Amino acid sequence: MSRTVSIDPVTRIEGHAKITIRLDEAGKVIDSRFHVTEFRGFEKFCVGRSFWEMPGITARVCGICPVSHLLVSSKAGDMILGVRTPAPAVALRRLMNYAQMVQSHALSFFLLSGPDLILGMDADPAQRNMAGLIAANPDLARAGIRMRAFGQKLIRSLGDRSIHPSWSVPGGVRKSLSSEQRDEILKQLPEMYATIGIALELMKEACARFSAEIDAYGDFPSLFMGLVTEEGGLEHYAGKLRMIDSEGKILEDGIEPENYQNLIGEAEQNWSYLKFPYYKPRGPENGMYRVGPLARLNVCDFAGTARADRELRQFRHSAGHGKPVSGSFYYHYARLIEILHSLERIEEILADEILDDHHIRSQAGVNQNVGIGISEAPRGTLIHHYRVDDNGILEDVNLIIATGQNNLAMNRTVKQLAERFIRGDRLEQGLLNRIEHGIRIYDPCLSCSTHEAGRMPLQVQLISADGKLLDEIERG
Amino acid sequence: MAVITLTIDEELVSARAGQSVLEACREHGIKLATLCYLDGISARGGCRLCLVEVAGHPRLLPACTTEAQEGMRVTTRNEKIDRYRRMILELTFAERNHTCAVCVSNEHCELQSLAAELGMDHVRYDYLNPDLPLDTSHQRYGVDHNRCLLCLRCVRVCDEVEGAHTWDVKGRGIASRVITDLNRPWGASESCTECGKCVEVCPTGALFDKGSSVAEMHKDASFLRRILDGREKRQWRR
Repeated sequence: MSRTVSIDPVTRIEGHAKITIRLDEAGKVIDSRFHVTEFRGFEKFCVGRSFWEMPGITARVCGICPVSHLLVSSKAGDMILGVRTPAPAVALRRLMNYAQMVQSHALSFFLLSGPDLILGMDADPAQRNMAGLIAANPDLARAGIRMRAFGQKLIRSLGDRSIHPSWSVPGGVRKSLSSEQRDEILKQLPEMYATIGIALELMKEACARFSAEIDAYGDFPSLFMGLVTEEGGLEHYAGKLRMIDSEGKILEDGIEPENYQNLIGEAEQNWSYLKFPYYKPRGPENGMYRVGPLARLNVCDFAGTARADRELRQFRHSAGHGKPVSGSFYYHYARLIEILHSLERIEEILADEILDDHHIRSQAGVNQNVGIGISEAPRGTLIHHYRVDDNGILEDVNLIIATGQNNLAMNRTVKQLAERFIRGDRLEQGLLNRIEHGIRIYDPCLSCSTHEAGRMPLQVQLISADGKLLDEIERG
Repeated sequence: MAVITLTIDEELVSARAGQSVLEACREHGIKLATLCYLDGISARGGCRLCLVEVAGHPRLLPACTTEAQEGMRVTTRNEKIDRYRRMILELTFAERNHTCAVCVSNEHCELQSLAAELGMDHVRYDYLNPDLPLDTSHQRYGVDHNRCLLCLRCVRVCDEVEGAHTWDVKGRGIASRVITDLNRPWGASESCTECGKCVEVCPTGALFDKGSSVAEMHKDASFLRRILDGREKRQWRR
């Protein structure tokens, strides 16, 4: 008899999901799925509101990365206003985005995945958690928490609150940063550099320790997408889209954010609330691409800051010459390099005299009816696409979230892990945890990425054991 | 002017004949929650938050439209009144979509402050979640009917102070809605002088400066007393 193994809920991720694995009579994996079981509906209920409110509304999508939505929504608003956003405002927005990278990546590495990486996949489930990590390595746990707090504090200094600030607005930002606040942040940087140094060493050690199984954690050829600067450097706030293939060949480059639709299509499945974006020219079957820290480090030519570039060179050793790093386990590693890069950029921006300029907001009415904002969120490329009437009331909203873009890859990873570790006759906790970890690697944020109400096509298929389609109901 | 004496919360107070119980309370420093009332425009007793108990009356009466009488015995706070006030607030919140977290007036809203002040920590009634529009057709201002509690301060200030009478009300009961110029979009209104008085007196985020983002609206209705003193008493203060 065939069996289904369920991991429900998947823990230590942001949001609600389950994994099902179907086994045949011999206990061999025949299918596996990563189901996102929660549902939000922002794209629907934002219709009818004004685009000026959208940064504040969409920030509420998520408590972990409100800043990403805040900034991308403001950028979409900038486009609707059709005016130039003052350079000091752009610098301040970048600053907040880097702070967001630091706090979110620190959460993922130290607190969500740390228990697996430090305590081991087979550790007692009662200990394999935050509390266990604190008990086993209190200094590391404290350093991780302090790093997250550092990012949160910088966000709070700018936006008055670390969660759901309503600070960035169409046309600029609402408040600048005082020199006292700048000095206070700068004072904390040496400690943060020290912490990230320790984390990078730990990560390299973990890569060695996991070497026997590292290729099971989502190591497969795929495309990668991310923003890069004009020169091809690592970029998180502006820049243009670049897509590379599994061999490292550049498929698309210099794509203006407003042309993202030429690149990305969105498919849906009846068993998950999460959409399945794909690279349009290759179609939903072959268009799988990955976004996020690993993708960003793969698509860029260089990081652009001294320490991060040194680490990036080492990181690239794990792949063949000129090829992208294909193992999703290296998302962890990439995250740490991005923290280092963000710290260096924060230091640069805080020292920049442009922050003394107080012109931080441009004022205008509706000058364009379409606004598209793209930026790199901690989990990958985030896209907000609005259509407004002449009074600025939203008629259509589409949000393409990083986690959604990794959906195909996450499903592939679960399958790869299940095939490697699951047999009908042995279902140990440690093995199931490895499959969960396959999802944690991507640091998915499901609260952000689940789709709207009312437009979800639904297809239910009744399939017999021999694979024959018995009945089908469709809703368009 | 005749002076009368009444008892408010067991204390003897004096008031001028013709004053409302609310005015008598305020003159003697007795705090009373209000929402639709605003010094400078006519009282209408719409929100019912200033309900007080008057000895001899079986029902609670709104202090803003009840005239102070000689020998009247008024109670402004007791368990029943507090309960009623909280209930009124809960009903107000349940009636429309007061989504504080993303409202332009978050942290600067009279309704929100009152809820905190009166200890309204949850709403026991089902939210009606009506489907109400946002009108941003005006060049400078916007109206969000989701946040409107029908206090009608906008209607009164526009009529009584500005003299334009752009604002009015359509519908009845729960279907009532404030409208401009016989229900035309605000931006198409010919009577609106764009003075912005309605925006400044609105207690919530229902009327706002266009372009405001979350929690960005700060309103100040103190201009009203200043211009009325100038008009009525020929006294101008800065």
